[in-house]
Amino acid sequence: MRMRVDHHPVLGKQTDRKQVTIFFNGKPYDAYEGDTIASAMMAQGVYALRQHEVSGNARGVYCNIGHCYECRVKVEDRKVVRACLTTVYHGMEIDSLSGFSEGNE
Amino acid sequence: MKVWNLLIVGAGPAGLNAAIAAAGEGLKVKIIDEFNRIGGRLLGQLHQEPNGEWWNGIDVANRLHEKAITLGVKIESGVSVYDLEQSEFGWKVYTSEGMEKTEKLLLATGATEVPTPIPGWTIPGVMSIGAAQVMGNVHRVKPGNTCVIIGANVLSIAIANELRLCGVEVKEIVISQPNSSLTHSGTPEKVMESLLQLTHLAPSVLLRQAGRVAKYIHPSLAVKFYPKNGMNILDIPIKIKTAATEIIGDKKVKGVKTVNIRSNGEIIPNTERITEADFVCIAGGLAPLPELAALTSCEFKFVHELGGHIPLHSERMETNEPNLFVAGNITGVESAKVAMAQGTVAGLTIASEIKGNKKHSDSAIEEALLTVRKEREEALIQFQPNIARARELIYQQFELDWKAESPKRSIS
Repeated sequence: MRMRVDHHPVLGKQTDRKQVTIFFNGKPYDAYEGDTIASAMMAQGVYALRQHEVSGNARGVYCNIGHCYECRVKVEDRKVVRACLTTVYHGMEIDSLSGFSEGNE
Repeated sequence: MKVWNLLIVGAGPAGLNAAIAAAGEGLKVKIIDEFNRIGGRLLGQLHQEPNGEWWNGIDVANRLHEKAITLGVKIESGVSVYDLEQSEFGWKVYTSEGMEKTEKLLLATGATEVPTPIPGWTIPGVMSIGAAQVMGNVHRVKPGNTCVIIGANVLSIAIANELRLCGVEVKEIVISQPNSSLTHSGTPEKVMESLLQLTHLAPSVLLRQAGRVAKYIHPSLAVKFYPKNGMNILDIPIKIKTAATEIIGDKKVKGVKTVNIRSNGEIIPNTERITEADFVCIAGGLAPLPELAALTSCEFKFVHELGGHIPLHSERMETNEPNLFVAGNITGVESAKVAMAQGTVAGLTIASEIKGNKKHSDSAIEEALLTVRKEREEALIQFQPNIARARELIYQQFELDWKAESPKRSIS
């Protein structure tokens, strides 16, 4: 699944960007330089970015500009960031935060 | 450590123009913004002006960004502000990248979207309408091939068209369930009323036509004859007599459950159906984002016409807190052009305080104030009626509370 808007009737053609590889829960995905984690994953059709701490239900991007904190993910095994504000880089390792019930976190 | 003359939080239309005005007067200015690109809400904007020309927010943002850089403004993106503290020189501003010192502080943090919580709204693939706009126009990623929008207002209709340009099929715009304690939206009659008030200023020719007709019809009559299956604007069915009751899906959204409703919001029995969609947008409107001002002893006021709670301020964008200024949508939800004009006023006011060249700056500020009023009058999209009047009351209240000798009293 690829959901890029390469050609736009008003904004024009998307100029060539450098492709990078990122890892989400250990699996490699294509992304472009300038992508946020949120846009890169959505372009691949991956909507669920974390599990709710208590219910374990899937959660994803809601506001996309840093206000709602719904898209929190873990980067490089330590830092929790908002996926919608964080720019990707080649080799970036991103992991979902899981529900407490599973005893993972 | 360096002390800036002016630190601006928010690199949107207001913040960028304030920086340009202040740096133009010789001030040392820095802007910080937590998004990874410069331009704020401008970045998503894409609509046609009445003369047929496109308002391309990305181009506008790039122009302002370049101009600010040329004038020596330091701009940092991807930096968040966590706390503010008054100090002997002005302000200490605590950010994700350390502490900044500044004489004057301008909050140009813009607006945030008002959520409309309905059952299922946390399922992945449900997002605010602005989220979809940024995904499509800024990141150039379609959140899916098909979508349903919950909430019929001028913003959702404009963005529905933008999603269409990105190649998304907007299956329908429905309203959120009326009379729910969780949502602000009203009955079909109320929705119609607000849409009609806006149509004469709306971006599309079709909406303007609808507005012309509306002058002669009462909203209650218009909604009575409003077709059950909706009216198409730019091929998008707008169904104000259909309400969303639930969003369905588990790990990913599947669609929206709706019912037909009467003009007064009453549900018509046995009309439940499901519209499938790859993603669902919630459009609850915009409200000022004043959290940082709330960390100070700045006075607040709730003003319905301006979208919610705003820091009380003067027409010159001062607050009652020393060395704290506001500009743009934090002072009330309006168009980007108004925000830009307010930014210029704030930048010049601040420069005047620092430079102390009152005579020169007063005429420049007066001219900038005229531009604000002109942009407000000519605004294509007015988010609420009676904005100009509400603004006047705020300025009068500020003068009464903080400039006059007399004790405080409320005028509104």
